[in-house]
Parts: sequence; structure tokens; C-alpha cells
Amino acid sequence: MSFYIPLGVFALIVVVFLLGFGLGNRTELPSALIDKPFPAFAAPDLFQPDQILGRAQIVGRPALVNVWATWCPTCAAEHEMLIKITERADVRLIGINYKDDPTKAIAWLGQFGNPYDLVLVDDQGLLGVELGVYGAPETFLVDPNGSIVYKRVGEVNERIWQQEIKPRLIAMSPDVVHGLDAASR
Amino acid sequence: MWYMALMLRLASFTTILWLIAYGLGVGVNTPIVFAASQVDVFTFNNAEEEARYRRLIAEIRCPKCMNTNIAGSDATSAQTLRVAVHRLIVQEGKSDQEVLAFMQDRYGDFVLYDPPLSGKTWIIWLLPISVGLVIVGFILRLLRQSKDVARPDLDLTGLDPATQARLKDIIQDQ
Amino acid sequence: MAEFGHFSLTLAGVMAFVTAILGYVRSDDEHWAAHIGSLVLGTFVFASISFVALVWSFLQDDFSVAYVANHSNSLLPWYYKISATWGGHEGSFVLWILFLCAWTLLVVLRRHNYPVQIYTRVIATLALLNVGFICFCLFTSDPFERLIPMTPADGADLNPLLQDFGLIVHPPMLYAGYVGLAVPFAFAIAALLENRVDALWARWVRPWTNGCWACLTVGITLGSWWAYYELGWGGWWFWDPSENASFMPWLAATALLHSVAVTEKRGAFKSWTLLLAISGFSLSLLGGFIIRSGVLTSVHAFAVDPERGLYILIFLGIVVGSSLLLYAQRAGAYSSQVSYRFLSREFFMLINNAVLMLSLAVVMWGTLSPMGYEALTDGKISLGPPFFNRFFVPLMLVLGVAITLVPVLNWKRTRGDRVLSFLKREGVIALVVSALIAFVVRPDVITVVIGILVAVWIMVTHVLDLFGRLRKNSRQPLSYVGMTIAHFGFACSILGVAITSSQSVEKDVRMVPQEEAMLAGMSVHFNGVTQVRGPNYVAQQGLFVVRDGDSTFELRPEKRRYLAGGAIMTEAGINPGLLADTYIALGEPLEDGAWAVRMHHKPMVRWVWLGALLMAFGGILAIFDVRYRRLRARANSTSSDAPLSGRLVRE
Repeated sequence: MSFYIPLGVFALIVVVFLLGFGLGNRTELPSALIDKPFPAFAAPDLFQPDQILGRAQIVGRPALVNVWATWCPTCAAEHEMLIKITERADVRLIGINYKDDPTKAIAWLGQFGNPYDLVLVDDQGLLGVELGVYGAPETFLVDPNGSIVYKRVGEVNERIWQQEIKPRLIAMSPDVVHGLDAASR
Repeated sequence: MWYMALMLRLASFTTILWLIAYGLGVGVNTPIVFAASQVDVFTFNNAEEEARYRRLIAEIRCPKCMNTNIAGSDATSAQTLRVAVHRLIVQEGKSDQEVLAFMQDRYGDFVLYDPPLSGKTWIIWLLPISVGLVIVGFILRLLRQSKDVARPDLDLTGLDPATQARLKDIIQDQ
Repeated sequence: MAEFGHFSLTLAGVMAFVTAILGYVRSDDEHWAAHIGSLVLGTFVFASISFVALVWSFLQDDFSVAYVANHSNSLLPWYYKISATWGGHEGSFVLWILFLCAWTLLVVLRRHNYPVQIYTRVIATLALLNVGFICFCLFTSDPFERLIPMTPADGADLNPLLQDFGLIVHPPMLYAGYVGLAVPFAFAIAALLENRVDALWARWVRPWTNGCWACLTVGITLGSWWAYYELGWGGWWFWDPSENASFMPWLAATALLHSVAVTEKRGAFKSWTLLLAISGFSLSLLGGFIIRSGVLTSVHAFAVDPERGLYILIFLGIVVGSSLLLYAQRAGAYSSQVSYRFLSREFFMLINNAVLMLSLAVVMWGTLSPMGYEALTDGKISLGPPFFNRFFVPLMLVLGVAITLVPVLNWKRTRGDRVLSFLKREGVIALVVSALIAFVVRPDVITVVIGILVAVWIMVTHVLDLFGRLRKNSRQPLSYVGMTIAHFGFACSILGVAITSSQSVEKDVRMVPQEEAMLAGMSVHFNGVTQVRGPNYVAQQGLFVVRDGDSTFELRPEKRRYLAGGAIMTEAGINPGLLADTYIALGEPLEDGAWAVRMHHKPMVRWVWLGALLMAFGGILAIFDVRYRRLRARANSTSSDAPLSGRLVRE
């Protein structure tokens, strides 16, 4: 009987591999910050660098915090979707300009339009570290109490909006999402 | 197989390849730097701090890369984390444990190459240790059994003690 | 030309298939056995033609072949065009097939050593494996596929990291080892089918085991060395899944190497030896799966294709599953009743096997469990060097301590007083020498001190023993000399690892031209950076003059930009030395003409690889022991006889 042990071990290894095959997307990290308060910070405003903003700017209303940069092509790709979101829902959109050159960032927003209520400058990536950011774009959904509810790594597109962000926003306060779009869910 | 560890420096590039290969429709971008060993010029208050810095950056995994520590990666996120570790050690005087906990709080268990023995990770340590115990137990049992296996009982009575001793020696040496 | 190569490969597959059928069906027939030899030769020739056709496509810059277009460029020097043949998944598989054909052909050349039933079954098993590989190559990863009519004007270029001497030598050696493990595997299957596992069988397997083990050892060593000088971070092993994939079969092969010796000399460990022979090759298949399926997060950048992974997994399941099933049903007959004494060579072999198996379990667990964890929970964890080292360092030290006693141990039983006097004499010398070394290097970690002691102790016991024996009789068996050299090599590696891991110095500094920096007692003068031009790149080359006491040497690290893809690569400047390497890599240019510079001083890092090469050399040397050459007469006279173990054991 003991001679069947190797066969059993091998079967186990194959099962692990089959499980591994089923995993699919392997690059995305589960965020350690879900259900935790949005970290305290102090970062200058992109348009008024002498004005230092803090966590108080984020709490109170549902907020989407979007980490972006001009060197990031995917950020350009999702920009239009962000503009649409601000039209569809009464959510504060806060940008974090991540490891970027502020003059370039201002020019970029001038060119593509600025959907952000506020843009924070994080040229050293320190706020990014506090948020567990490892690339751009990343988007956090923060509830009125200042807790991080959801994190998206990569592009926010129509599917992510419909399936992940909108339901969570409605759960926070039903009238946040504007009439037509709320009905279309 | 044959690239061996050669891709250690290809961190950001491999991620992009991976995404393309899987057609995820998601792009997470960092500036691509190709196998260029990035060198940070940091200053430390003393040699002990520098040694701690080097040990810690070798133990923290680059969250952006396929399988590299932040010491050996050129991805911008790895560089940011190196700066963060340096700041935590040199400016904020944090202990090794505090630095690792800082990273774990923000990036999850994934970033620690040496997961601490905790409620969730105990099973990682269980198997190697239990396999070791089983093997040691097996060897001990084998030794004990071997003692029981009867050696040929020789009737050496009647021979003089010197011959007895020599015969035993020969038998056992064989 | 590409179609010709494709056709040859198909033909080789068909011939291998016929060989396998004949070998299994007509296994007792001397007449058919001769034909099998010609078929194997045919398979080899056609596989070679196919390989040469692929190389030719590279040399001719035939970018209508997709594989060539993806892995070459017209600017590439000719030697990299040849090695680019195995620079990607598809082509490397053709090389793999070619090596399997070559090993099979070698078995055919030695056919008179083996009784016909064993011979035909070994060949049939190898041929069947070959059929599987060729099908995999043709159906899921065809290297000869054309890009017509969309032929690109020029190729995408070989990854600059691979444009190196390392690619020329490392993959072929590693593959020779991986594939060579199929030979002991095939012998184990043949033995199980024929119900014949005895001392003589063990003697047949031993040279093959040594051969493929040596190739694997050299292959892994070259990979480690390549990573060290190419990557610019000064490391030589990172426990990455791709490294572990090659290390696991190596551990199994090393255990097999020792276990099969016990089977030959004492008739023990029979079922265990069979299992190791099967698992060695199974692990090399598993390694192939890990790398080529992309199921594990590795630094290894392969264009990952789940379909390929699934094919390998199915192939793996069939080959390994059926072998282990056969093993489970038949191996029970070989459980042996042998008594072990603590002070005997076989007991120390047991320790060796136990330590190696535990190491294997740790490596496999460390490689696979993060994936299992991710599949079963929603979290992700990483097991890296700290995890592996925590287990590996003590395990290797236990192994080292066991090796120190090898010269004094006899089979069956060793007298305790002999061991004691041996311990005293050699032990004192080793203690004195290692105390001297420890005094010079002043390590601050206890494991390093133990490592030095163990390494020196092994060296002392083995060298004194070998010289003592040679003084008595200058004609010592080559297998004994080989073993001594291999153990000495292991000690060199331990010493190298212990010292380089504790004594290395790394410095990142900002330097302006004409500035000087100090590194481990040497002064490093930075002369500046100039522009140089290579065959397919332009580079910024730094010039550093290092003064160490009276001697001076120059290092020229480069930062290259490859013209085809625009990739930036760092080429470290290394001054290799038996006692220490000096290693300088150029970082980024900073403001005011300054450069970020990374400098390493790595004492005795070469000993790690040197020791491994000695191990491989010892393994090769043992193959040429006369006793394997005497097999021929035996096989002829006793091919139909009952096992000979009784007689052989007493030799």
C-alpha cells in the first residue's frame, strides 16, 4: 500500500496545478486597505501649490480617488470614462498626480479636460506608498466616513463602473447616482 | 528554464508582456526600464543602518514585478519603496519589525518574502517541519529494527577467549 | 528550408513511434533489436536535420519564419544568430528533442552491455517520450511556422539579455541534463516491466545517472554564473520558480546517484532507487511545465500560452501517472530486509537521501504553496530566499557533517575506534585550519563559522584519505577518485557560499569623473565615461582604475542601448579572482556629469561555481571506472540468467 504514496503525492501536485490554472489574472494584488480608513496625508494642490490639502478634503461625501500620471497611457485611455462618471453621479473625483511633473500635468488636463474636483500632487510617490499604490492608474472608492470600500488596479471602464463602482455608490447613499443612470442598472 | 534568473531585472517589462499575453484589457503602466541596474545614492548615519536597509530591501517583494525584491528591481514602484524604507530607517528611526509591518499594512502579505508565523500562514511552516519529523522518525525506526534483526548466533563456546574475539571481529567486519 | 525542417521533424516523430511499438511488442527478439538501432539512428539524423534547418533559417535571416522574426535581427552577430535558435520556447524544444535523440543513440551504442529485453524496453520508453515531445512541438509550438505574406523586413531582435555567451552554453548543458534523466527513468521502467532489479541493473544505470547529473550540475552552475554577471545586482541565486524548476530534478538525481550505489553494492534501497529514477525525470518534466505554462509567477519572461501548459500537464499526467502506477504495483517485490548500523556507509547514504528528500520537499513546497494558498484563500503570499535559506542552510550543514566521515566508513559496519581516531586526527587539523580562516575573515554569524568548519573538515578528510590510498597503491578505482573529487567540490561550494554571503560588500555611490572611492580596502578611481559602438548597440562605457595594494586593474562597465528595440542594458565590469571578485555597474547619469555607481566586492564567490564544476567532473570521472566497461562480457553470458546480486555484492 505504501507504494501508492508517490502516486498520491503526484496527484496532489497535479490538482494544485489545475487550481493554479484556474486562477487567471495573477498580477493584481488584493488590496490590504479595503475597509480601512483612508490614510492621513498632507499634499499640495496641483493648481495652488502653496495650499496643502489633507484627509478632511476627502471625507464627508462619497469620493473616487484616482491615481494618474501623464506618463501612463492607460490613464489617458480611462480619462473619458472619468469625465462620464462625474456627469452621471454626484461623487467627488479626486486626482492624485503620481510621480509626475506638475507643469506637464496641468497642460495634460488643459488638453483632455479636467474632471477632478481636486488634484493632489504626489511627485515623490509618498502618498502612493501610504495607499499601497504600485502602478498607475489605480482608483479607490471612499465612503463618507473616509473608509476605502473598493480598489481598482488598472483602467476604470464601463464594465467596472456598472458592476463594481455604481452598486457600491448606491449602497452608500441611493441618490448619489443621477436618475437615468441609476435606473439603467 | 534557461533564462534562469535572468529576467530579474525585467520586472516592469515582464508585467506588460504578461498582460498582453492574457489579453486582460487592463493596462497598468510604469515607465519601462530595461535591465538597467538602478542605483540609488543614499546616505546613512552609520554602517548599521545601511546594513539594515540592505537586508530589508532584500526581504521586501516588489509588488509590481513578477518575482523580485525591491533591491533588485528597476520598476518605479520598487524605487519608491526603497526611498520609503530609507526614510523609515534613517529619518524616522523605525525598527526592522516596524518597517516590515508598515509595508504589510499597505501592500498586504504578498510583499514579505519571509511571511511571519501568523494565524493565516502557519500552514506554510507546518509541512516542511512535519516532513522532516516523518523522515527522522523513519530513520530512527529503521535503526531500531535493524538492531532487532537477529545476527547469526554463533556458538563460540569452547574456543579460547582470544579466538572468540577475533572470530566475532571478522564476522562483524564482513 | 523551414518546410524541410518541419517535414524532417515529422519523419523523426514517425520513426520514434515505430521504434516504440517495435521495442515493446518485439522486446525479446535479437533480430528486431538490431533494426531498432537503425531506427534510433534515423530518428537522430532527421531530428538533426530539422534542427540544422532552423539554425539555417536564422543564419539566412529568413524573417518569413515567425520564430526567426521574433527572435533574431539582421544586425545580430552570427554566433548569437545560432544561439538564438534556442532563445525562445519553440526552438528550445527542438534542441530538447535533439538531445533526447542523442541520449537514445548513446544507449544504442552501448547495447551490448544489456540483455536484449532490457535494451529494447529502454529504447522503446525513450522513443515513446520522444513521440510525445515531437507531437507537442509540432502541434502546439511549431518553430517553422511561416509569416506569409506578411513577412517583416527585419526581425524583432533577440532579447538583449540573451545576447551573451551564457545563452550559447547554459541552455544546451541544462537540457542535456534534463533530458538525460530520461535514461535512468527508462531503465527503471524496463526493470519494472521485466521484474528485474538487481545489482547488475544498478550497475547499468550508474554511468547514465552520473552523466546526466553532471550535465545538469554544469547547466545550473552556468545559469547561476550567467545571472551573476549579466544582471548587475551581484546575486547568484534567488530561489525563483525557474531556478527551483532546475534544482528539484538535480536534488532527486543527486539522491539517485547515491541510492543506486547502495543498490549495486549491498542490494538494498531497491524500490527507493526505482522511485528516485522515476521522480528525477518526472521533476524535469514538472520543471518544464512550471516554466512553459506560466502557472507560477516567475521572473521568467516567456510568451505564455495556456494551451501549451495544458498539453504538458496532460503529458505529465500520463507519463508520470502511469509510471508511478506501475511502480506502485510492482515495487512491492523489492522491499529488502537489510540491517543498518549507524556506523556504516549505507546508513550515511540513508542520511544523504533523507536530507536531499527533505530539501526537495522544502523547495517544492516553497515553489508551489504560494499558488495553492492563492487558490484556496483570497490572499497572496510570497515565499522567498529567507524561507528557503532557513531550511536549506542547516540541511546542507547536516549533509556536510555526514560527508566528513565518508572516507572512514565501510559498507555494513565500521569499527567505532577507527572512527574515533579518524575524528581526532582529521578533526584537529580541520579545527586549526578553519580557526585560521575564521580569524582572517572574522564572520559574525554562527552558521558561517560552522559552514567554514564543515567545508574545511570535508576537504581535510578527503584529501588526506586520497593521498593515503594513492601512496599505498597508485591505481585507485576511478569511481573512488571521482567521489572524492565531487565531495571536495561540495566542500568548496559550501566554503564559497559561507564566505561570499557574509563578507560581501556593496556600495552605491555618486561619482564625478576623476573622483576616488574606497571599496573593501581598494581605491577606485573613476576616469569618466566615453561613447563606444558595438555590432548592434551603442554604449556609454565607464573607465574605473582600481588599485589594490601594488596591483592595478581597469574595469569598463557599460550602459548599452540596443539599436533594434531600443532596450537599455547594463553590462557590469568584473575583475574575477579566486579570492574575490570586484564588480562595478554603471547606474544613471546624475546632474553635473556625475554618475551613480554600484560597486561590489565579493570574496570567494567563484568557489560556489568552481565547487559545482568539481562535483560534475567527479561524476564524469566515475563513468570511466573499469567496472562499467566489464559489463559487456557479463551481459552476454548471463542475459537470461537469474539476478547476480549475490556474486556482485561481494566484489
